Amino acid sequence: MSAIPFDDGQSWRTRLAASPGWIVIWTLLVIGAIVMMTPLLYMIATSLKQPHEVFEVNIIPHEPTFENYTYIFQNSPFGRWFFNSFVTSTIVTLSVLFFDSLIGYTLAKFEFRGRNIVFIAILTTLMIPTEMLVVPWYVMAKNFGWLNSYWGIMFPGLMTGFGVFLMRQFFMGVPNDYIDAARIDGLGEFAIFCKVALPLVTPALSALAIFTFLGNWTAFLWPLIVTSDRALYTLPVGLASFSSENLTAWELVMAGATIATLPTLIVFIIFQRYIIRGVVLAGLKG
Amino acid sequence: MTIERKLALRAWAFLAAPIVFFCLIRFYPAFESFGIAFSEWNLLSPPKFVGFANFQRMLGDPVFWIAFKNTFLYLIIGAPVSLLLAFVVAYYLDQVRFAHGLIRACYFIPHLTTTVAMAWVWRWFYQPPPVGLFNNLLNTVGFGTQPFLRSTFQALPAVLAPAIWAGLGFQIVLFMAGLRAIPSSYYEAARIDGAGRWMVLREITLPQLRPTIVFLVVISSIGFLRIFDTVFNMTDNGAGGPLNSTKPLVLYIYESAFRAYQMGYAAALTIVFFLILLAVSLVQLRLMRSQ
Repeated sequence: MSAIPFDDGQSWRTRLAASPGWIVIWTLLVIGAIVMMTPLLYMIATSLKQPHEVFEVNIIPHEPTFENYTYIFQNSPFGRWFFNSFVTSTIVTLSVLFFDSLIGYTLAKFEFRGRNIVFIAILTTLMIPTEMLVVPWYVMAKNFGWLNSYWGIMFPGLMTGFGVFLMRQFFMGVPNDYIDAARIDGLGEFAIFCKVALPLVTPALSALAIFTFLGNWTAFLWPLIVTSDRALYTLPVGLASFSSENLTAWELVMAGATIATLPTLIVFIIFQRYIIRGVVLAGLKG
Repeated sequence: MTIERKLALRAWAFLAAPIVFFCLIRFYPAFESFGIAFSEWNLLSPPKFVGFANFQRMLGDPVFWIAFKNTFLYLIIGAPVSLLLAFVVAYYLDQVRFAHGLIRACYFIPHLTTTVAMAWVWRWFYQPPPVGLFNNLLNTVGFGTQPFLRSTFQALPAVLAPAIWAGLGFQIVLFMAGLRAIPSSYYEAARIDGAGRWMVLREITLPQLRPTIVFLVVISSIGFLRIFDTVFNMTDNGAGGPLNSTKPLVLYIYESAFRAYQMGYAAALTIVFFLILLAVSLVQLRLMRSQ
């Protein structure tokens, strides 16, 4: 895990490192970091404990066991929920990557009347909170028979105003010369987008992909509304129902919580740098 | 056909499907929710136009006012506490080199976790003895058992804590990026002028951080106003109890629409909710800009 490199002339800011107080500050920061991680550590530790050990404050299980995991996979549709979440999050992410970058590219690189109107209209959607749309979406899903289906879970998120905004910003930075050169070479417009423009914005694409996937993986309100068939729950909705049914078997609840959380932790460990950079990019530009 | 015209046609071809999508899935439902808000509708019989009845009902609905109050409690406690904590951590973490990346990761990881899973972890922490971690710890050091989620007084802060905890990492990362963006020459100049730490913080760091602060205040306020997953999963039957003491507006919207099937009333609540979000962010932007 590498720190952000300090650029030259940061000496004033890092002066603390040389003063005797730094060890106090550092220790406080480390204590804070441990406190931040405590819920996760307890979650994982407890998921490996046997029922009689659950209420002990000690974090390391005496005899770690995977029985809680085998139990919940055998006695509830966790495998199915995992699969549902995976499929819907993946498809939504692919759709967002394709459409948002296509829209962003078109708005950044084509000159046509009405371009600004389209852009502003799409930006306006960022002002409309999801909560305001869920009732009409539910009615729509009910009328079209989309309740309890993957399509029902996915349809509201297939394109996002945020992604359009992010991608447009990045395509603005792509020099027109590349695109013009490709046009002179006789490449079609769609081929230019796929083969010339997209490879130039891979950092933005990877940030958008990670955010969209994580956002959909952890989404709760809409999947809760649109699914009532247990087999079609996504992982968070399934976990919520599973937990309220097993309110006293906390070792099982923690195993379920771990299953819902581990994928995001693994994604973070692999893509740490992209995620933190992505948060900064999206945050500062959004 | 001129090349400009050809390119314009191609642009519209690329935008055709997205325009249909945004109109059908974003704009039309937004307008439709106004239509639903002025009707009485349980989804079974056809909707009936009732004018402002839903809004009038809201004025006399005690649960609405409790949810309204709770929503603002989440906002006015959550946003300042989380921003202050995040700033203090970011300010010092920015100056520390040793294990910097690891410490930052520890603060950031909770931000990426599934809210539902974390709500259950915290719910378990708050259980009465011998189950809950917090009460076990309190008892070990000689303090009495606390009711936490079972108390109408303690439940709201108890629900808010994990929400603050989960959002902290995001704010820290953005504050640190903002701190890094301040040109070092400002600090060098301050050092030459012999300015003290507090002076530098007040005269250089905070004013330079203004864009980051404005952004984070608005974003985190909207986040606390929209609180739902945590409350739903930390209270019995997802009802925002005890006695509605933790129920925010979004949860009341959910209950009205999908438990009571009062679509008209729920839609009216969403419009009020939308106006609150809009007002809060506009007021904040205005205040931050005029200062």
